[in-house]
Amino acid sequence: MTAPLLSISHLTAVTDRNGETPILRDVSLDIERGEVHGLVGESGAGKSTIAKAILGILPHGIRVTRGVVALEGEDLLALDANARRRLLGPTVSLIPQDPLTALNPGRRIEAQLTDGLRLWRGLSFQDARARALQLLDEVQMADPHRVMRAYPHELSGGMRQRVLIAAAFALDPKLVIADEPTTALDVTVQKQILRLIRVLQERHGTGVVFVTHDLGVVAQICDRATLLYMGKTMEQGPIKDLIDAPRHPYTRALMNACPRYDQPGRGLAPVPEAVFATCRAEIAAFDRAGAGHV
Amino acid sequence: MDARGVVVAYGGGRSAFGEEKPAKRVLHGVDMVIGRGETVGIVGESGSGKTTLGRALLGLVPVADGSIRFDGREIAGLTESALRPLRRRMQMIFQDPMSSLNPRRDIRHILVGPLLLHGLARNFAEAETQVRAVLDRVGLPASALERYPHELSGGQRQRVGIARAVVLAPDFVLADEIVSGLDVSTQAQALQLLGELKRDMNLSMAFISHDLSVVRAVCDRVYVLSCGRVVEEGVCGRVFSAPRDPYTRVLIDAIPLPVIDPQWLGRGQRPT
Repeated sequence: MTAPLLSISHLTAVTDRNGETPILRDVSLDIERGEVHGLVGESGAGKSTIAKAILGILPHGIRVTRGVVALEGEDLLALDANARRRLLGPTVSLIPQDPLTALNPGRRIEAQLTDGLRLWRGLSFQDARARALQLLDEVQMADPHRVMRAYPHELSGGMRQRVLIAAAFALDPKLVIADEPTTALDVTVQKQILRLIRVLQERHGTGVVFVTHDLGVVAQICDRATLLYMGKTMEQGPIKDLIDAPRHPYTRALMNACPRYDQPGRGLAPVPEAVFATCRAEIAAFDRAGAGHV
Repeated sequence: MDARGVVVAYGGGRSAFGEEKPAKRVLHGVDMVIGRGETVGIVGESGSGKTTLGRALLGLVPVADGSIRFDGREIAGLTESALRPLRRRMQMIFQDPMSSLNPRRDIRHILVGPLLLHGLARNFAEAETQVRAVLDRVGLPASALERYPHELSGGQRQRVGIARAVVLAPDFVLADEIVSGLDVSTQAQALQLLGELKRDMNLSMAFISHDLSVVRAVCDRVYVLSCGRVVEEGVCGRVFSAPRDPYTRVLIDAIPLPVIDPQWLGRGQRPT
């Protein structure tokens, strides 16, 4: 049996702010090739921390204390920075939340798209340029030649996000990490971007970690999902189970809090305090048990 | 609130070299009516002019043409000082409470200030009594008075923003994207609070949002804006179940619902 594309097991992390506060509590998840896995939760749930742990870009002050993040069986946390870079560079890429800050404002799109191709694939200028044009075409950019010459500020938000998606898929990676890639976009553009990610991911058999707080987006794009609260998994499974038959009271409460234009009577029910209390009790029980066997 | 043929244009005049620069029209003759106690949604994509329309209703941007009547009084073209007596009666809740609350003042001063400014309280003590009542009304503890904006959570800050608007007992409130930065659970709380206040105070409200699901939940009627024009207007129930304008249809179809719908992503694909 081959190892899953990405396997996270018992990932536990703390931040040194206010002493040692746990921010990830024993999170485990597997992502297969060609699968979109949603990391869902409200702010502070730890979804971005997991994404950063995979990429090895945890901010200072956050430490992994336990657990394994394995890409095709190789533990990423055990690698030094250089080895990790060599392994992840051509195989894992990121679609960030804010396309404007992720692009260098002083360089043309062409330069930014061809960097990776020349560095990791060793392509010549001409070949990298041809491939970049092909990529822009693949992300359905209307006028690839004009976009290649453009600076980021000359493009709209949706176009910038397309450029970053092109860059993310440029090296035909095995895993793409999408960190709230549509939060800053209009709904109509969001839908185009979601469709694009899904199409490319299916075409290339790419695994995707999709970080979002939007249960609607999760329902439409993910195959499986993990719902987090305060760094702990509340519910995990196939998206159909999570949406149609949620087991955890927190999942059910969040579903009821989502506004629904199709069912105006439903939705917008604030999460009952009792549900938060249940979550906190689970976490407190976990922390007590954990303190025993670490 | 009764707006007729509102035109707003930015820019224009002469450039540094004396060339005529044409003004860019952002709103092209918008009609809008908001009744007493009514909540009206303004939706559209970025750049559609929803925020500009909201600002025009409050007399915050100059109107190039058309009329805006607030409680029967024409406010388009009024000077700042002529508007001032009306300011108390029309308030605004902002999208980002962090940047709209003064970081160097505690919540007590943030909320007492407007009451004293508008002469609704004779002295600080009297104003504070009113502020305590409002804090209680928006579900914040009295201990919040001592806090500074950065010490509160996003949801609490948004409650302060709401409290600051309603403490003056306004007739009209403009709410511009007030829940877009909040988590789902916090968003539900804030919207529930807004609904209660609107009912209790018989507020008229313009609710600007790009999230049509939220608009459906809180508004009575909705205006759909595209490129500075109203393309559709109507009661929420009708607009959402039977939109007449194709643009409205596209907007509604683009909302991802938390339901399993394998066809959703492929539907309404625009040719590129």
